[in-house]
This record gives sequence, structure tokens and C-alpha cells, in this order.
Amino acid sequence: MSWHNFSQEILDKFPGTSLFSRRGNEEYLLVPKTQLTEAAQLLTQSGAVLSTMIATDERPVYGVFRLYYVFSRDEEDRFIILVVNITEPDLTYPSLTPLIAAAHWYEREAMDMLGLRPIGHPEPNRLVLHHEWPLGVRPLRKDFNPALQEEGQKAGGGEHRFREVEGEGRFYVPVGPIHAGIIEPGHFRFGTAGENIVHLEARLFYTHRGMEKQAEGLDFRQGLKLAERICGVCAYSHSVAYCEALEKIAGIEIPVRAKLLRTIFLEMERLYNHIGDVGNICAGTGYAFGSSQGGRLKEAIMHHNQLLTGHRYLRGINTPGGLKSEPPASVLLELPDWLDDLGKEFAQFTEVLLSNPIFLDRVNSTGITSLEAVKELGVVGPAARAAGWSRDCRKIHPHAAYSQVDFSVPVYTTGDVAARLKVRIDEAGQSIHIIKQCLEMLEPGEIAEPLGHLPPYQYALGYAESPRGEDMHWLMTGENNTIYRYRVRSASYTNWPVVPLAVRGNIVPDFPLINKSFELCYACLDR
Amino acid sequence: MWKQFWQTFKTGIVTRDINLATDQGDVAGLGQELEGKIKRVLGRSAHIRHVDTGSCNACDWEMTALLNPVYDLQRFGFDFVASPRHADILLVTGTPTKHLATALRKTYEATPEPKVVIALGDCACGCGVYKDSYAVYNGISSIVPVDAYILGCPPTPEDIIKGLSKALDRLNKKGGRL
Repeated sequence: MSWHNFSQEILDKFPGTSLFSRRGNEEYLLVPKTQLTEAAQLLTQSGAVLSTMIATDERPVYGVFRLYYVFSRDEEDRFIILVVNITEPDLTYPSLTPLIAAAHWYEREAMDMLGLRPIGHPEPNRLVLHHEWPLGVRPLRKDFNPALQEEGQKAGGGEHRFREVEGEGRFYVPVGPIHAGIIEPGHFRFGTAGENIVHLEARLFYTHRGMEKQAEGLDFRQGLKLAERICGVCAYSHSVAYCEALEKIAGIEIPVRAKLLRTIFLEMERLYNHIGDVGNICAGTGYAFGSSQGGRLKEAIMHHNQLLTGHRYLRGINTPGGLKSEPPASVLLELPDWLDDLGKEFAQFTEVLLSNPIFLDRVNSTGITSLEAVKELGVVGPAARAAGWSRDCRKIHPHAAYSQVDFSVPVYTTGDVAARLKVRIDEAGQSIHIIKQCLEMLEPGEIAEPLGHLPPYQYALGYAESPRGEDMHWLMTGENNTIYRYRVRSASYTNWPVVPLAVRGNIVPDFPLINKSFELCYACLDR
Repeated sequence: MWKQFWQTFKTGIVTRDINLATDQGDVAGLGQELEGKIKRVLGRSAHIRHVDTGSCNACDWEMTALLNPVYDLQRFGFDFVASPRHADILLVTGTPTKHLATALRKTYEATPEPKVVIALGDCACGCGVYKDSYAVYNGISSIVPVDAYILGCPPTPEDIIKGLSKALDRLNKKGGRL
């Protein structure tokens, strides 16, 4: 089924539906609550995937809460967004989770943050705000009063109950939130039988910092500073996604040079992450040679980030409308040769890895994810591509200068640690290929286009393929060039739910390795 | 296997010298200075426990970089340990989230005296972008006493090594050995 005239089809089929708004490749359809499930069903039948869901409090402006379910397909660069109005006092809506598993966390988050209740959700528990938070704390409501959550207030959520694992010889292994290594915080509850993992429950959102609320009311420059600090190692992808959303609202096209430079930096971010992650996977198997080589090469890339942009994590170079400053010409000039050397060294290193039988024994057939699970949960990035789904935001929704460069998307089908490792190895090679093409295309010219004054209550999606997969941002402007609502769905957000599935049936000592092969950020997820 | 040996041999030693005083010059003596400090203050080596209380992970990755062959922090006598019970130094990143404040408090209590708490990065120091958010406390000093601050967003690995050197001076005064 093609998506040509698809929104018209929905409009015809459901009489209560109307075209809400349109911007670039985004079409917003206002659907009555009662028809949400059927409209979503029609979309999923056409092969659409739920990319993100945004819940907003637009009561001060329009008198309603709104939900935006964003659907996209691999075949075309388009988004169809179902919009649902929720009017007080009835704050319920039909849950889409029974139909689309990928909606499960979005709807739970909307319940925590805004108090909107999905009817029919199979697990309507707290997610982002842990059980200690008092009842009635709805941080993303515009009339949210921080005083409500003062300490000493009665916790509202009761105790968190972990799923029970029953049977003879079964027991629990609780781990975290503070881990033994230099890792971010999260709590893992393994239900085991001997060494085998029967069930894993991950309790996350420990590093929830209230980023989306923090963004509200900031001007666009401060907002960018915050977007760059959602995550350290995806900083540049988040910054590009944020800027692209604003640029789309402003209706401006950034200069070609800025697009190419952004592509170079996005790929530098992918390079240091992927090469570093190959080293980390080795660390997960106790292979010191691999982790040292990975660490050394990553450090060399970080050093070049510093030379190019003045920051090891590529912060502070973007600005809404383009780039803040030019990278030094001398560094750009020597970049192709350096990349060649890096590519050669990395190839020699990975050749050693992939010919080491002890190492291969650890990674092959460990932590398998099935294509079905990956598709059902809407997984993105290397995790999806290692399981046979060639989903890549750079190809489907070209941003920066990706429509102008030639590259391939490596896909493996085994879905194990080895496949995720090989996807990264191949993608690192493609990154070098992309950067070199961009460098060749670079012509002198402007690097920024003024954003101008943006009208209030306009919204758009911004996206970028981060090293961990597609980051999907949605931004609504407020009065006087400020942010009214900023929603960030990181790659880690869609990918975390698949980790417990991949772990099942493996042994506890393989968990760190499996976890590292996904290499998900807690900071990106928890915000 | 010979390929692995060849790769190791060819790579050689990539460890960079760290200058504690300034950004350039006078390289050789500084690692020794740090080593000397550790010996003087702690007798043998300094053990660090990392606590992430809600960072964006940039500080944590810079900390991980300290262990790569380029910075090789262990050569100075530092090491990261798995339990606060084994630690002399708590290296804390991120502004404490409401979800992690208890974990930080417990980690602090579990660390034996004398101990040094270092706030690593702007957030932990109380001046990051998440200041005054509903979900966080401002800086780790609102939960535990802090002995040294290392600023930066994130601080570079060199900055962290210099900060650790400062913290050792602090431990000395608090009644470590000597």
C-alpha cells in the first residue's frame, strides 16, 4: 500500500477526522478519541511505525491537552501525525499499546508527566517518576507547582513491585543503581535459575533531570545549550535535531557549507562512538588488547573533535540556522589523510578481533534479538540493523547533507552481539567514506542563516541519526522566541525495552557484554 | 595470534605525559609529583569510587578515558574500585536527581574515613544547565560535604588529573597518613 493520498484516505474513512496542519513532510490529522485506535490500525497496516508520541498541555492557549502520535514508514520521507484533543475533566483516552507495543512507554510517561490516563494499557504503572513522588505531581502541566513535591510529603505510588519469578531453585540478583564500574545508574533485577537469566526487569529513569520542563521558557540559544547536554556522547546529534526543528519552523534553508560541516561532525560523533564501543565490547569479554586499542583510537578521534570544534564532545559549534564558527582550515586540510590512517589502523585492529576464536565464541549467538521483537518495539539504529531491519534515519528522512552523499547501510540478520559489533565496524568505515565526500564538496561560503523572529505556537519535528539510532525531537515555540514544549525521544528510549528480551536465556556473566553491545545511554533516556 | 602481537608491538607506548601545573612545558616531573603525593598521603595507592548522581555521561566518559592507554591514570597510583568500602576518594558526577540522592548518601556513608569527596563537572558543582529543575538538588554539596571541585562541561581528562592532585592535598589535611 502506498502512502500517496494516504491522509486523504483516513479523512474519507473517518468522518470526524480533519486536517489539522501541515509543515514540510509532516501532516497532522485531528482524530476524535473514539476513532484513534482504528486510524492507528489503518496506519500500521500500511507498514507505518510509531516514531514518537508527544503529550502537551496546551490549556493556556487552546484549552486542551493534546497527544501527537507520529507515524513514519521506511519507504518515504513523510510523517503522518494523529492528533487527539483531551479536554478536562475527562483525562482518559484509549491506549494504543494493545495495538502498537512501541506505545507502551510513551503513554506511561504521559500519565506521569501530565496525568493523562490511557484506558486499556496493559501495565499502567509509573515510569519516569518513581514511586516516592507524591500523588498529583504533574511536572509538564503548565500550572505545575514545584512546592507540591516538597520532601516529607507522602509518597503517592506505594512500593515498586518487581515481577516475581517462581519455581524451584529460582532466585533474584539485584544490581544497581550504583554499579561497580564507571557506568550510569539503573537498577537491574535478574530472576535466575542457576546461572541462567529467566527474566530481567530494568528499573530506569534514575537520572531523570526534568530536562523537558527545564527547556520550557528558555530562549532558543539557551535551549540549544540544554539540548547539547541531554547526553554527552550523543550531544551533537541532539543538537542537530534541535536546530533542524527550529529551522523547519522558521522555514529557512541553512547554507550548503553548514549542512556539509554538520554531516562531518555527525559522522565524527558516530566514529568515536562506534570505535570506542568496539573497544567496550572487548572490555565486556575481558579482552584487554581490544579495549586498549579501542580506547586509543577513540582518544585520537576525540582529540580531532577538539581541533575541529574546540570541544571533545562537539558541543558549542552549532547554532540554530547553521554553525557558530568555522573549523580551522589547516585541520580540515589534513583530515582526509588522517582518516585514511585511522581507517587502516581500525581495519587491522578489527581483523585481529574477528579472527580470534575465543573472542568470537563469546560474541556469536549471545544476546539474540528477533526481527519481530525489534519491529514491534520500534527499535532504531545498529540494534535494528543487526537484526535485519535496514532502518536508517539518514536514508529515510535525509537531514544535514545526507541526501548528497553516497553511503550504504550495513545490515546483519543474526541479531546477536556479533552482529551489533559488525554493524558498528562496517558503519565506521562508511562514516570515513561520508566525511571524505563532504570534505571534497566543501566550498567557501556562509555558514549560518539568521533564524529571525519565530511566531508563537508553531511546531515541527527535528531528527538526526545518532550513533545509537534515530533521535526524534519535537518543538513548539512560545511567545517572544522561547520554547513552549520540547519533547525528546532518543534512540535509547526506543531501544531499552529490547535489552531485557535479548538477555533472557543467557547467563548472568554475559549481561554486561550484551548490555555493552547495545551501548544505550541512561542520560538520553531519563532526561 | 601473531597479528595481535604485531599490532601491540607496532602501536608501542601511546601514553601522554601530564603536566599538573600548566598546559605546556615541564613534563617529566609531574607524574612523579603526583605519585609522590599519593605515597605520602595514603602510603601506597589512591582508590576512587565513581558515583553518577544524574550526569549527562560526558563527565563519566572522560573518567573512563583516564583509564585508556593515553592517560593511563593507574601509572600514578590511582585506581577505580568497585565498592565504596574500598575507596579513599568519591568522584561524583551530575547534579543529584531526586531518584539518586539516597544512593549518594548511602555510598558516602559506606566509604571509610578518611575520605575525600570530589564534585566532578559543572552539574556536580551546582552550576550546570539543570540547576533549579524540579527533579534535582543543586550540586552534590546539598547532599554530602564536598572537599574539592573540578569545573568543566565536561572537564578534560587532564583537568581531572589535576583536580585529583588537589584533592590529595586535601586528604593530607584531613588526617590521612603522615
